[in-house]
Amino acid sequence: MTWLADNWNTVLTLTWRSLYLAGIPLVLGFVVSIPLGWMASRWSRTYPAIITTTGLLYTIPSLAMFVMMPVLLGTKILDPVNVIVAMTIYTVALLARTVADGLNAVPDDIAQAATAMGYRGARRLFGVELPLAAPVVAAGLRVAAVSNVSIVSVATLIGVSQLGDLLVDGYNRVIWGELLSGIIACVLLALAFDAVIVLGTRAVTPWLRVQAARA
Amino acid sequence: MIRFDAVTKQFPGGTVAVDELTLTAPTGKITVLVGPSGCGKTTSLRMVNRMIEPTRGTITLDGQDTGRMNQADLRRGMGYVIQHAGLFPHRTVLDNIGTVPRLLGWDKKKTRDTSRELLERVGLAPELGERYPAQLSGGQQQRVGVARALAADPPVMLMDEPFSAVDPVVREQLQDEFLRLQGELGKTIIFVTHDIDEAIKLGDQVAVLRVGGRLAQVAEPAYLLAHPADDFVADFVGRDRGYRALGFQEAPRLSLHSEPTVVLGERPEPTDAGWLLVVDDDRHPLGWVEPRRIGDRPVAEADLHRGGTVAREHGSLRAALDAALSAPSRRGVVVDGGGVLSGTVLAHEVLNAIETTERPQRDESDPVHGGAAALRGDEDTP
Repeated sequence: MTWLADNWNTVLTLTWRSLYLAGIPLVLGFVVSIPLGWMASRWSRTYPAIITTTGLLYTIPSLAMFVMMPVLLGTKILDPVNVIVAMTIYTVALLARTVADGLNAVPDDIAQAATAMGYRGARRLFGVELPLAAPVVAAGLRVAAVSNVSIVSVATLIGVSQLGDLLVDGYNRVIWGELLSGIIACVLLALAFDAVIVLGTRAVTPWLRVQAARA
Repeated sequence: MIRFDAVTKQFPGGTVAVDELTLTAPTGKITVLVGPSGCGKTTSLRMVNRMIEPTRGTITLDGQDTGRMNQADLRRGMGYVIQHAGLFPHRTVLDNIGTVPRLLGWDKKKTRDTSRELLERVGLAPELGERYPAQLSGGQQQRVGVARALAADPPVMLMDEPFSAVDPVVREQLQDEFLRLQGELGKTIIFVTHDIDEAIKLGDQVAVLRVGGRLAQVAEPAYLLAHPADDFVADFVGRDRGYRALGFQEAPRLSLHSEPTVVLGERPEPTDAGWLLVVDDDRHPLGWVEPRRIGDRPVAEADLHRGGTVAREHGSLRAALDAALSAPSRRGVVVDGGGVLSGTVLAHEVLNAIETTERPQRDESDPVHGGAAALRGDEDTP
């Protein structure tokens, strides 16, 4: 582990870059998924189209996706925006379905009551449906967060540096300390995302814990 | 006043849920829609706040066509209570109650104050306000459901089997309190149930619907029991309708017998009577005892036979008859308004009174709507 002691600052910098290259798309993807998921749940005819299309996006290999971005966006090849947009697409691919299914799972009597009370549109979505879908959506967010941390490491191959650099460099130059540090940092980062999502979900769903306490 | 005018609902696929329904729910009264499953009662209710749109016909609210009103405004002006209360699990009890006021744009404080007041009004302790619905019993949740529906003080309440998911004892409590509340509030209520006993107990008028969504009869409960329009209604109203109808008929002045009594804790006078009525110091009846089992020791709580029901003077004939039938002595205990013993009455005396009491007159001109004529009054303009 002398390698890690000698390169501590590099690892921290790269971890920070991975954090925002994976984290910002997670937030952006979540925001984009809400209207998409809402459309799919509200108009059941759009569900197959929206869910299949977004699902297919996830099957595009990440290297191809990164390389395509400058072409589609007109950005420079080394611009980190390429990675952020590509990662956002992957996040939407995972979350649109989760949001739609979460909204569809709101119990019928509660949906009826909301209608009868005159709840409509955005107020209904943010006041009633999304809070009740929170546990399902949170589960999707956890998967997307871990997936993002993993996929983003490929960005090294297009010259956008983050923790993936340690993996590629450590492998190419057979520096075990570097390779191992990269793997451990990725795992810790994924666990940190997971913990933040779990704690955040607990904070916004206090009613779920009283149920557990009663049962 | 809510008026259904030849309202029909046909679902895609051709099922007719409601067929040419014409019905008036008078202002300030409870109109119960009752019938077997598939009779279109819930569909009819949901057409009032346009959760379901009628295929044909119009529904008017105080003369205004609801089909031309803004949907959300219409709904926010009508309290709505459903079977499992349908409370929002992610909001505290107080926030649930304050739902419609918040949607109407009331400020936080006013909403909060109103919600607290309503919590008390439906008989729940203030500390329940901060709990979540999952922490409440079914009966408590249903009370919150009623409070939520009342929050913005809507003139109209729509209630879809609100009490059918709770156990019978709680249901009876909820029904009694609902009637008390309605006595104070005087809302225009449409109430859906499949339970004819509930319909008869709660309704100012009862509309019986048959499968396929056709109105079989609408009438005041006493009239419905006395003059079912056809076999379907007679069958639905049930077997002991003659006895149940007595519940709507005030007992005439019954001549009461004075009843020898013993005060709890004292020794009975020597007597030949098989049963002796026990009262407290204020002459409130407590129960019956058998003097031969007591001897000359004081009457204790444990000696009391409590099987007899108690009827009030000017109560219903049903209560008077039940008091006579349920007393072990066969002498029905009658009390005054303050619960103080007035005397006793025998079953055959109540039966005599029943025979001399008029039943509601049958309206030959309109067997379906006949019994609702008194309620309809003169509001019914063409």
